[in-house]
Amino acid sequence: MNILVCISNVPDTTTKVTFNANNTQFNTAGVQFIINPYDEIALARAIELTDGGKGAVTVIHVGEAANEPTIRKALAIGATDAVRVNAPAHDAYFVAVQIAEYVKQHPFDLILTGRESIDYNGSKVAAMLGELLDIPSVSIIKKLDVDGANGTVEREIEGGKEVLTIPLPFVAGTAEGVAEPKIPNMRGIMSARTKPLTVVEPVEVKASSEIISYETPAPRGQVKLIPADDVAKLVDLLHNEAKVI
Amino acid sequence: MSVLVYAENADGKFKKSVFEAVSYARAIADQNNTTLTAISIGNVAADELSALGQYGAHKILNVSTDKLKNFINQAYASVIAKASEAEQADVVVISNTFSGRGLAPRVAVKLGAGIADGAVSLPDTGNGKFLIKKTAFSGKAFATVELTSANKVIALIPNSYKVIENATGAKPEDFTVETNESDFKALLKEIVKSTDKVSLPDAEIVVSAGRGLKGPENWGMIEELADLLGAATACSKPVSDAGWRPHSEHVGQTGIAVSPNLYIAIGISGAIQHLAGISSSKVIVVINKDPEAPFYKVADYGIVGDAFEIVPKLIEAVKTYKASA
Ligand SMILES: Cc1cc2nc3c(=O)[nH]c(=O)nc-3n(C[C@H](O)[C@H](O)[C@H](O)COP(=O)(O)OP(=O)(O)OC[C@H]3O[C@@H](n4cnc5c(N)ncnc54)[C@H](O)[C@@H]3O)c2cc1C
Ligand SMILES: Cc1cc2nc3c(=O)[nH]c(=O)nc-3n(C[C@H](O)[C@H](O)[C@H](O)COP(=O)(O)OP(=O)(O)OC[C@H]3O[C@@H](n4cnc5c(N)ncnc54)[C@H](O)[C@@H]3O)c2cc1C
Repeated sequence: MNILVCISNVPDTTTKVTFNANNTQFNTAGVQFIINPYDEIALARAIELTDGGKGAVTVIHVGEAANEPTIRKALAIGATDAVRVNAPAHDAYFVAVQIAEYVKQHPFDLILTGRESIDYNGSKVAAMLGELLDIPSVSIIKKLDVDGANGTVEREIEGGKEVLTIPLPFVAGTAEGVAEPKIPNMRGIMSARTKPLTVVEPVEVKASSEIISYETPAPRGQVKLIPADDVAKLVDLLHNEAKVI
Repeated sequence: MSVLVYAENADGKFKKSVFEAVSYARAIADQNNTTLTAISIGNVAADELSALGQYGAHKILNVSTDKLKNFINQAYASVIAKASEAEQADVVVISNTFSGRGLAPRVAVKLGAGIADGAVSLPDTGNGKFLIKKTAFSGKAFATVELTSANKVIALIPNSYKVIENATGAKPEDFTVETNESDFKALLKEIVKSTDKVSLPDAEIVVSAGRGLKGPENWGMIEELADLLGAATACSKPVSDAGWRPHSEHVGQTGIAVSPNLYIAIGISGAIQHLAGISSSKVIVVINKDPEAPFYKVADYGIVGDAFEIVPKLIEAVKTYKASA
């Protein structure tokens, strides 16, 4: 079984988010970039599913050469090889089209993404890929098994879950529960340097969305502290002042 | 031109997030001097369908066939795209729910539409542009996105737009579409409802607790407080990692992002990754024994003290309030 794992390069979760150039650019100064945490889950599950010679795991990233350390990290964790589409990720549709083009030429049995990137939070790439390839997609799953020609997934729904069986190939966006992220070991790190990383050029895509500007949430006022021996006061404030109960 | 809104049902009923989406879509229709069509797919009774007209839908399309009884994103996307073409809709609004996320991007690709996911505001259509504010960096920021395509899809975050009564008297009409066999490859085996508790993404009030609670055996008071307030329960990441609570309760940058009216954080320090997921809550209450806990910096109300003393008192105070209300 050959699995493709899509990986996004995102700011470390401790990043304090600020913007440049009149709030039109994310300020990357001093920011550490990592594999999107949900993509690490996808990668870990792909490695588990192909363990012991049962297949190969290719990772694909759409982005510039500066993001290669993130791709190497995926190789160190255990991916077999990697592909980088040499273009900045303009938007989710651009990313999905690039990946779909690659898949049309190099078919895979299963395509995994994260449930969403932690920077742009689109939750779009998985479903877009499904549509572009005309195959099923499930956007947020918490369990994934493959048995022969079929996969079984648990999909999150409000207040519960759904269990689906889907014939391969399909696209799935992984969330917590699917696998525990793997930490690269020394052998992985050493071998990552020599594993193949193919660079392919992008196909042209007409853009349909553009980020114009950014803002950070309005700061909240000073916290109102209520003495621990007057808890009823809190209930009163929530009812009469904040009007939320 | 017109606006189309997809009304997602849960067991044949519409949740508040649907009426928010209908109200929102109606406001967009008004901005553009056009009409709003709502579409429901699945088994929803006529009187429930008519409720869509209460919030401004001029036309209500009902697709109710056995084949489309259960949500399959691929098939539902085809139906919505066909309805959009039939209605000559140039804007399609879908709630940004778990199912909506699997649906909206597929609809967008079918329609060649730009998509604004995670929308939190009405489009700004000044100067002939179409600008929408959306969440970004997992709650740490917002981005304003311009959609430049003729067709547009908007995925609206629940609890970010108010429900507006605006009765049109519209009655449901059946909408028939041809389905493609290839859209039904995914087979639904089973639906498992966790409980009859309030689900976290829909909740208007969330009672959340962290490592300060010491162990899973102490969640009784958290659940009791939540029940009294009609709230959902949530937790910090280490709590779900340790198996004290299910993953589906984990909020934050790598968990669920919530935007309730009231978020009560008990024994949670307020790490940046946790705050990311809850920063768009309207009112935040913090209960923590450490006055220096970072959570107080983003809180509206706080009580400094031991959760094991304060939460039982809070439960009593809420009971007293409810008895008098
Ligand atoms: C400098 C810069 C400018 C940008 N400007 C815009 C803009 O103008 N408009 C706009 O809409 N977006 C913009 N983006 C956002 C960027 O294009 C997003 O990362 C991309 O659109 C993916 O969308 P998402 O984050 O919503 O993905 P999601 O759908 O949330 O991601 C889900 C999954 O898709 C996969 N995935 C996501 N991105 C990639 C990738 N690059 N390569 C491989 N797999 C991936 C991962 O598995 C991820 O877990 C910009 C980004 C950068 C760095
Ligand atoms: C990649 C990554 C992603 C992450 N994503 C998330 C995420 O999405 N969500 C998330 O929550 N975390 C996330 N984290 C973890 C985050 O950094 C913090 O470690 C976590 O939020 C802390 O959880 P906590 O507040 O429950 O525990 P602690 O930080 O241990 O805080 C416990 C708090 O309880 C208080 N306390 C103790 N006893 C009592 C008492 N008797 N009464 C009242 N208060 C008491 C203490 O003063 C303290 O403030 C992530 C971390 C990483 C590295």
